[in-house]
Amino acid sequence: MPETVIEAKGLIKKYGDLEAVAGIDLEVRAGEIFGFLGPNGAGKSTTISMLCTLLTPTAGVARVAGIDVVHDPAAVRQRIGLVFQDPSLDDQLTGRENLEFHAFVYSVPAQDRRRRIDEMLDLLQLADRAASQVKTYSGGMKRRLEIARGMLHQPQILFLDEPTLGLDPQTRKSIWTHLNELRSTKGVTIFMTTHYMDEAEYCDRIAIIDRGKIVALGTPEELKGLVGGDVVTITSTKPDAAESEIIKLLGVTPVRDNGSLRMEVPDGKAFVPRLVRELEAPVDTVSLRRPSLDDVFLKLTGRVIRDEEVSARDRNRAMASRWMGRRR
Amino acid sequence: MSVETASPTLMTVPAAPVDTRIASLRAIYIIWYRDILRYWRDRWRLVASLAQPLLFLLVFGSGLSSSLGGAFGRGTGISYIQFMYPGIIGMSILFSAIFGAMSIVWDREFGFLKEVLVAPIDRWAVAVGKALGGTTQAMIQGLILLVLAPFVGVKLSLLTVVELVPLAAVLAFGLASFGVAIASMMKSLQGFQVVMNFLMMPMFFLSGALFPLTNLPGWMTWLTRLDPASYGIDPIRRVVLSNSGLPNVNSLGLTINGQVLAIPLEAAIMLAFGAVLLGVAVVMFERRD
Repeated sequence: MPETVIEAKGLIKKYGDLEAVAGIDLEVRAGEIFGFLGPNGAGKSTTISMLCTLLTPTAGVARVAGIDVVHDPAAVRQRIGLVFQDPSLDDQLTGRENLEFHAFVYSVPAQDRRRRIDEMLDLLQLADRAASQVKTYSGGMKRRLEIARGMLHQPQILFLDEPTLGLDPQTRKSIWTHLNELRSTKGVTIFMTTHYMDEAEYCDRIAIIDRGKIVALGTPEELKGLVGGDVVTITSTKPDAAESEIIKLLGVTPVRDNGSLRMEVPDGKAFVPRLVRELEAPVDTVSLRRPSLDDVFLKLTGRVIRDEEVSARDRNRAMASRWMGRRR
Repeated sequence: MSVETASPTLMTVPAAPVDTRIASLRAIYIIWYRDILRYWRDRWRLVASLAQPLLFLLVFGSGLSSSLGGAFGRGTGISYIQFMYPGIIGMSILFSAIFGAMSIVWDREFGFLKEVLVAPIDRWAVAVGKALGGTTQAMIQGLILLVLAPFVGVKLSLLTVVELVPLAAVLAFGLASFGVAIASMMKSLQGFQVVMNFLMMPMFFLSGALFPLTNLPGWMTWLTRLDPASYGIDPIRRVVLSNSGLPNVNSLGLTINGQVLAIPLEAAIMLAFGAVLLGVAVVMFERRD
């Protein structure tokens, strides 16, 4: 078994009476891509901040790269790369200058500086724009530069807090390609948070976090195995009637999500014809699919992760940065 | 579920062989260098920051010069615009030093400060790097005004420049440290206006940049002597004007109990002020999360 590079035991963070992180245990092995999945306010960022020594835990122990995060934060920081949720580049400087700054403050040996900067610029496909000021970069380029920067001092572990937040689907995909490449060429362990369910599928293992606690942990396949069989979703103009009929006639308890009813059944192909035949309430649409992580999350927490609340926050942030940009 | 319960084999990594003193020096250098890089890149700011001293000299200086006529200077042979010119150099240093250091607040607002603060470097190095960055910018902003000397009837010599550089550096350092200390306590850009109106402007007005600090009402004499900028601007004026053939400048200078202070003493006061404020900034930086 590969060595453990992140270990947390009973990690707690309290703000007054509010328990943002309510006792987290986890282990991450070398070379893994480990995903931390959960809705906003679940405690993802708080946990990652404690692991990165940016926040001091109220209780519990965490060791990163074999070093206690409370005991020797500077040594931990030397061994980890960080990509923050909010932008942290100097956009007046060029891409290369941002990397040079980082190489200096992280004590990259002078003789390696240029070579490593060039290598990272190549790996993240930024070489041709390295001499342009960062303010001319697109959102995806800025993220890539931040990843390049986080890797410059050859960390054992790269922490990314919502690295794809606010990026379009194509750009998100390319970020993932790059992360996979970094893992295979550099052997770096990747620990990331996300609220995008589809992204969590790319991870080797996922911890689902809700209200400050890990509610499930395993490979995406293992987690999907928690949902029995197939997922059938119907919409109906009379959802109440449909719900009670399904419980009575088919012996399945559906979960309501807005106007739709979602149920887990062992054999979906056989279930759908029965459903349509036996239900008297009108059925408008029927869908049948393999379970996704959304279903796992819904099953474990009784809620869905809503993208709307996230996009509202993105919009605010974009507005704020435009406003700030003008003042600069 | 695949949560391993077996006792983990934790890696033991020896502490990286990084000499922290050298790492701090490197950090100071790159933080300073970044400030200078940004300063040169932002040509517009350079031009804009020359506009204010020019406006003061041309409009304020010429206007008062002609209305005061020979009434100014009490027989020293110094015209108002000649008197004011070194003061405007001081003003330029004062504003640039504080603004330069306040860029910390901008860095916080735009996220870059996070990159600096999470780096495995000593916090004091961040404060020192920023103070030196502000000092350098302010010195350039002040000394660049020497090109205006011929237009205000001040003769420049090599000696003037040689004597002026360390004095400009000391004034710039004192005020840049002050700026870093203020910025380290500020959470947002909102406090910026407050600092401008309640610290920078009074500091400027009381510094003797615009009028001699002699024969003032008692309360004002006190305030001007408490203003650290006074001890930075006075020696600049004495060096510029006495080397220009106006040795009587001392009678318009800063006095304590009627005594003219020696230039090295004034410089030492300014330097001490800077050192104390830089100490405050270091403490503030080390405290914050």
